[in-house]
Amino acid sequence: MHVRGDERHRVTFRLNGRERSGRAEPRMQLCDFLRHELGATGTHVGCEHGVCGACTVLVDGRATRSCLMLAVQADGRSVETVESLAGDEEMNDLQRAFREHHALQCGFCTAGILMSCHEFLGRVPDPSEAQVRDMLSGHLCRCTGYTGIVRAVLEVARARQQANRRENDACSI
Amino acid sequence: MNTEVSLRDEQSCSLIGKRQARVEDEALLRGLGRYADDLAVPPGTLHAAIVRSPHAHARLKRVAIEAALGLPGVRGVLTGEDVKRWASPFAVGVRQPMEHWCLAVDKVRYVGEPVAVVIAEDRYLAEDALDAVKVEYEILPALVDPEAAAGDRETLLHDAVGDNVVNDRHFRYGDPEAAFRTADRTLSLKVRYPRSSCTPIECYVVVGQYDAAEGGYDVMANFQGPFAIHSVMARALQVPGNRLRLRTPADSGGSFGIKQGVFPYVVTMALAARKVGAPVKWVEDRLEHLQGASSATNRVTTIDAAFDGEGQVSALCFDQLDDCGAYLRAPEPATTYRMHGNLTGAYAIPHLAVRNRIVMTNKTPSGLNRGFGGPQVYFALERLMQRIAIELDLDPLEVIRRNLVPADAFPYRCAAGALLDSGDYAHGIELGVEHGGLAELRARRDAACREGRLYGIGYCVAVEPSISNMGYITMAMTPEERRRAGPKNGAVSTATISVDPLGGVSVHVSSTPQGQGHRTVVAQVVAEVLGIAIEAIRVDVELDTGKDAWSIASGNYSSRFAGAVAGAVHKAALKVRTRLAAIAAAQWRVEQDDVRFAEGRVFTLDGAHSASFHRLAGATHWAPGTLPESEAGGLRETAFWTPAELTAPDDDERINSSLCYGFIFDYCGVEIDAVTGQVRIDRYVTLHDAGRMLNPQLVDGQVRGAFAQAVGAALYEEFRYGEDGSFASGTLADYLIPTSVEVPEPVILHMETPSPFTPLGAKGVGEGNNMSTPVCIANAVADALGEGVDPGAIELPLTPSKVRTLLGIDEPARPEGVGEEPADAAAGGGSKLTASDSVEIPASPRQVFDSILDPATLQAIIPGCHALELTGENTYRADVTVGVGMIRARFDARVELSELDPPHALRLSGAGSSGMGNADGAARIRLSEIEGGHTRLDYDYEVTIGGKIASVGGRMLSSASKMIIGQIFSRLSQRVSGGRVRQPLLQRLLGRFGKGGGKS
Repeated sequence: MHVRGDERHRVTFRLNGRERSGRAEPRMQLCDFLRHELGATGTHVGCEHGVCGACTVLVDGRATRSCLMLAVQADGRSVETVESLAGDEEMNDLQRAFREHHALQCGFCTAGILMSCHEFLGRVPDPSEAQVRDMLSGHLCRCTGYTGIVRAVLEVARARQQANRRENDACSI
Repeated sequence: MNTEVSLRDEQSCSLIGKRQARVEDEALLRGLGRYADDLAVPPGTLHAAIVRSPHAHARLKRVAIEAALGLPGVRGVLTGEDVKRWASPFAVGVRQPMEHWCLAVDKVRYVGEPVAVVIAEDRYLAEDALDAVKVEYEILPALVDPEAAAGDRETLLHDAVGDNVVNDRHFRYGDPEAAFRTADRTLSLKVRYPRSSCTPIECYVVVGQYDAAEGGYDVMANFQGPFAIHSVMARALQVPGNRLRLRTPADSGGSFGIKQGVFPYVVTMALAARKVGAPVKWVEDRLEHLQGASSATNRVTTIDAAFDGEGQVSALCFDQLDDCGAYLRAPEPATTYRMHGNLTGAYAIPHLAVRNRIVMTNKTPSGLNRGFGGPQVYFALERLMQRIAIELDLDPLEVIRRNLVPADAFPYRCAAGALLDSGDYAHGIELGVEHGGLAELRARRDAACREGRLYGIGYCVAVEPSISNMGYITMAMTPEERRRAGPKNGAVSTATISVDPLGGVSVHVSSTPQGQGHRTVVAQVVAEVLGIAIEAIRVDVELDTGKDAWSIASGNYSSRFAGAVAGAVHKAALKVRTRLAAIAAAQWRVEQDDVRFAEGRVFTLDGAHSASFHRLAGATHWAPGTLPESEAGGLRETAFWTPAELTAPDDDERINSSLCYGFIFDYCGVEIDAVTGQVRIDRYVTLHDAGRMLNPQLVDGQVRGAFAQAVGAALYEEFRYGEDGSFASGTLADYLIPTSVEVPEPVILHMETPSPFTPLGAKGVGEGNNMSTPVCIANAVADALGEGVDPGAIELPLTPSKVRTLLGIDEPARPEGVGEEPADAAAGGGSKLTASDSVEIPASPRQVFDSILDPATLQAIIPGCHALELTGENTYRADVTVGVGMIRARFDARVELSELDPPHALRLSGAGSSGMGNADGAARIRLSEIEGGHTRLDYDYEVTIGGKIASVGGRMLSSASKMIIGQIFSRLSQRVSGGRVRQPLLQRLLGRFGKGGGKS
């Protein structure tokens, strides 16, 4: 896309599976575009310099700081935010585990953490606690002390592994 | 009263006291939270950005806004002149002629102090215009060290006061002089407690509106409570309380006290809206937050103890010097007095002397921060208790035990007036020792020490005050001043319950939670009293001071929810139940006492009568004619609750500063890496007695969260200032918050000694570990380091470099090939960076030399140079934009080429100033011919950076300056050789638009 500094450009990408479009100056951060142009306010902005991780979204499946990316750079790509996780009726297993393990208090950092955990569990289906803590170290949470988050991620990994094994067993019968 | 002590038995719990998943969570997990920046704003809302002082101390000479007003989208600029016309300074908690305005009017007194507000059509445009507001400063000497400030009569923060110490109070309880005179032993320890903040992840958000018809203001902000500060804001805006409507959103992204500091901006944005005649929204960024929002008070304490040979302490003497920063912002100096009644901690120490001084320095004003006053007091007291044990060659835990308030003494009146409500401290220690595995920890220490490793154990006992007495703040005044001002005391809390015509129950509390789960606990309490399902209850915690019941003590602070607010909810629920029971009793012709509420039904125990809750409650709306005569119809009850025990300070200066006092016993084992100086927490045990627990899961959540923040305060976090007052912790890469790999899982133990003074027996539990953990870790580190280390040198945060210094390890030699020096303190206190590098250029030294002297080349090779104007031989004036991290500043710079030795060497120097601070630097350039007629260009440079830019910290400055200066010479090379520039996409974009990617 050819962009000019003094113009607003149409930016179009798939947001949570649906094509969405809006206008952005080239300098507009992806997080601002998501929140204020597309109304996806589930993604939060905590530091605007890439340290706190609150604004993490998936861009083409990779966990990405949306404060360190320009909206125009997302044009034509696929973006997933926290709003994509739950079904219409029920939250997904990761969200339910967060509630069960008191893995959130104020909830402000939670959207970014959920997206990192979501991507991580796709890549590392059977993580150790050290691996989970290492992944989470890209996020700052001021409320929980992280314990509940670590427990929730480990429990979801365990449950998904068991479900997979059951499915495999069922197939082999 | 009930002093039964036991580890919990969950089976016996009713709904109150049960682990209950939170009603808040689903919305937050789905991304449906409603935080301040998520809410719709009125059409036409404008956006604000704040011009802040780059200097710690300067006289404000001129604020020129014309250029800014001419920029695209800018609709107005609010300055100190407007503020003086429409507002008043904020009320101050001590009787001194010091003025704190929401924008600087005469001087700036800290880096980051608001000077003007640019109001534009969007946030990006507002931030663009910041550079165009030209502020002239006359720089004054800055005061950073509180002790130096206290002794300085030359440099004054507030000239009219005539002293930087703005409050100095002495207290004595019992006969401390005699106790010290007759004591077997005495000991003195001087300690310093640093500045830090619990830094919520959500920054401040304010939307201000002005109603010209009513002359009133309507402000939505993620402020943490209306309480006393509402009056401070209304007075500053010169309106009665009912003309300042303050609303808070449903969700808040954490506060920990810090969002009390929103209040000056409530006033600022209200005035900004008035200035432009439109609603104005402001969203604080992280740099603004770290440098200018709020901070815990740093303190210098000298503590003395009188004790006998067994370690029994008879008297304490505290000399506390509190650094509240540049202004005494309400409710300060509350940090100093929050702990006043219970300064003797968990100990029965009859004699006490206290001197409290409040000093002003050129730092951000201090304010509420989780633990508020507690970490500072316990750091001194519990470090001292360890020293007493070492002095007497006793086990520190034994010295602690010998001084505890005995179990049969409760409620126990402390020397300074705290009425410790309940507890069994000795038993708490027994439980902690047994269930936390102290014996094993000691064995680990012994094993480690045998192997020559550095391992230590630290202890701390603390009482955790909750539900503050409004009256404690007046301790900064003398008894005469208090008498003149009228009494202040108490802690009113309130709750309202309404039942709608379909039987739905709505509860409103003015507790403005920030993630604690108040809605869940309130629902548990109401569900239990009314016998209905939690799902049938909706709890509203949005606050609207224009509509809701609240009182001056409302809000979210001093861990007041469980004891006070949940108690008020319980009272309101009982009022509703009493009315419904009366209606049922009249209908069924039974005694009111026989009516029961459970499982959504109202019934009599004998089974003769039963009705659904919604049918009975609905009658108050649908059929008021069927109700007994005493019933007015409708169903809405508001309860107010204030504890009788919270009386005003007496003439002997005793104050029951809080209603409840929980008990904490912590211990931990730490190991120090003898090479790196890193402190590793091996095990941390924390036992809490917070009275009756209303929801154990949430209690543990509070303990874990406070513990993690305390690990940060103990080992990582500090707001650092240069000697010139420049702020050096402006990003989260410089202000280090512990992550999941730094925070270990603490062993959490509970006991329950219900408070006799709160309706549900609960006490606060939100702040305990912020108070106990920093000193517990420090004691463990001191134990590991042994007696070779000066006890007063144990200062937080215990970073690897600090611990290495304590260990006396020299820094190892830099590995070969590593040339870069880290930033160090420059003479003026800013950051000084030096480095050297070289570049090869495919041209002869002569060509290179001549190119540098060519103005067109010079302009082309200086990154971000908009214009270069020749002002003399080889001297230029340049207009340069430089971006470092989040900061982008436009410099008015002088550039000079000197020490010309063609074609071998020259010196390129520059000095510039901007709204973000100043920079000064020089590069020595040497040219030498190499193979192929090419040139090798070697350069060394030295750059000194001061003001706001220095706040991004050495790490980022060092790499940024390296990159920018590297660019000068790589551009030179490209220009001389005609090479093409090939940069990454982002840089190309940024370069083309001349914008930094982030916002300043």
